[in-house]
Amino acid sequence: MTNRTRTPGKTSRIRYACQLVCAFFVCAVLGSGPASAELTIRITEGADAAIPVAVVPFAESGGIPSSDKVSSIVQDDLTMSGEFNTLAPEKMLSLPSQRSEMYFRDWRLLGQRYVLVGQLSRSGDRVEARYELFDVNREERILGSSASASANNMRTLAHHISDKVYEAITGVPGAFSTKLAYVTLDRASGEPRYRLQVSDVDGKRARVRLEGKEPILSPAWSPDGEKLAYVSFETGRPAVFIHELASGNRTRIAEFRGLNSAPAWSDDGRSLLLTLSKDGNAEIYRMDIASKNLKRLTNHWSIDTEASWDHTGNGFFFTSDRSGGPQIYHKSSENADPRRITFGSRYNARPRPDNEGKYVYYVHQRDRAFHIARTNLKSGEETVLTRTESDESPSVAPNGRMLIYATKQSGNSVLTVISADGGAAYSLPASEGDVREPAWSPILH
Amino acid sequence: MKITAHQKAFAMVLSLGLVAGCSSTGDTMEDGAYGSDVEAVDQDGGSTVYGGGDRDGVSSSDLTDEELREREERAEQEAMRNITTFYFDFDTAEIKPEAREVLVAHARYLENNPNQQVRLEGHADERGTKEYNLALGERRANAVERFLIVNGASRGQMETVSYGEEKPAVMGSDESALAQNRRVELVFE
Repeated sequence: MTNRTRTPGKTSRIRYACQLVCAFFVCAVLGSGPASAELTIRITEGADAAIPVAVVPFAESGGIPSSDKVSSIVQDDLTMSGEFNTLAPEKMLSLPSQRSEMYFRDWRLLGQRYVLVGQLSRSGDRVEARYELFDVNREERILGSSASASANNMRTLAHHISDKVYEAITGVPGAFSTKLAYVTLDRASGEPRYRLQVSDVDGKRARVRLEGKEPILSPAWSPDGEKLAYVSFETGRPAVFIHELASGNRTRIAEFRGLNSAPAWSDDGRSLLLTLSKDGNAEIYRMDIASKNLKRLTNHWSIDTEASWDHTGNGFFFTSDRSGGPQIYHKSSENADPRRITFGSRYNARPRPDNEGKYVYYVHQRDRAFHIARTNLKSGEETVLTRTESDESPSVAPNGRMLIYATKQSGNSVLTVISADGGAAYSLPASEGDVREPAWSPILH
Repeated sequence: MKITAHQKAFAMVLSLGLVAGCSSTGDTMEDGAYGSDVEAVDQDGGSTVYGGGDRDGVSSSDLTDEELREREERAEQEAMRNITTFYFDFDTAEIKPEAREVLVAHARYLENNPNQQVRLEGHADERGTKEYNLALGERRANAVERFLIVNGASRGQMETVSYGEEKPAVMGSDESALAQNRRVELVFE
């Protein structure tokens, strides 16, 4: 991370750009070293019905770190979600920090539906935030709470407040405290450098977890958020590893002859779905992690891969080209007959269901372009969600409201976040090279 | 007759080159392999056969038509074996008709050199999903492996690995780049 990204003026550089394709750089791409290469947010498209919210700069007492302004980060989070239209602080008529200073009429005049105010105070190494959220129309406080964090962890504190505000307004838990795992590819030095990184959902605080010259693919979070499974070619062939994030310990869990790929964790964290071709061609297996026992779950001469458990934890979605081209299938249990889900085009692959059983998201070819689409599992209705044209690797946020995927912008691979109905978007380009294979973490505790 | 064989090999080399789209993007092909292939044919076939004829009139009369044909065939096959990359259509693992004769030459060579090992590296273009492409690259490598086995190579000589879309031969997203990336490479070890 560079100093410039921490400057307090950063928020003012984030502008809410509502027009389609008026993507512009919010933060200059800073010349940080590749190991700490960060993603920078570009808001490309706003939602049509964003809720107006004012995040008032928090009052401060007693040596609050000047970098990572809590209220600025909260404002960025809410803007990023695409569901809120936040008011720039310079347009505010007053800067209240508690209920007694609230004049609801002022906020009504400014067209605001909700106002967040707060105070930060420091004691020793810790900073406490006391914050209140008001419904302007009803002139009511709908949230009042406090939270604290160590002084060098203001981002964690801010994302926590964002989650609470989001939930108070929408009724759905926020996902701002979650993490992203992704892979960057830097070819600048001639030899490719692949880096598996983990960052906050806004691309900040990125840390490299694995680095090498061979490809890294398909990172997948364990349900407790403490481990990643992924495919690495570091041995010269694809093998599946489990990587404990806190310790950095790694276990090579699958290195059979042929493919070892597409890991997906079960809800209890005890087993992985894997694609293996040790028995001839790509099939889906379930591996018990402790014993390494395998159970084969598909049996067909076609390619079967990209498995993902459904919300029940009993069945799973997968890609198969048994009909002649890749399509999405679902097995309601390990032994059930597969049911074909997609029919809308000749290429549909890499299913990722939400955790409620409503939708499955996937890569969908239309004409020559690859988009992200979703199918309503009840009605079978298919909706194309993206206008970008080289889309890959959709991953659904744990609250089901947003989706991250990889696409191309002027030749480079970037990450893009959209709301789950396709409404709003921001992108996270790497400062150098490609960024791909995003995986949204579960809610972390 | 000899000329015909050369021309045939040359045409083969050329047609594979064209399939690969190397005429327009020659700079991106590795080692300028196609150009040097043709020279190799001339040296091998030309000097051996003609040279024999000029040496005291001994060799030429010893070479039967059959031997001559064999030598030419061998030269032709050697020339073909310089081609080690084979291309595929989008989302298929079907070996193209124009690749068959070259793969047969590789299979014969492997059959005659049982200690020779070869690594079959399968690749896909960047379109579609990474994991599906990984499986597709493997399917392509397996298709080539099966073809080589049917034509005389033994399974123990070969190892397959798929890189999916991770190791493109050519950067870029235009059709020519994509076509050059959908491939199986034979790497002799």
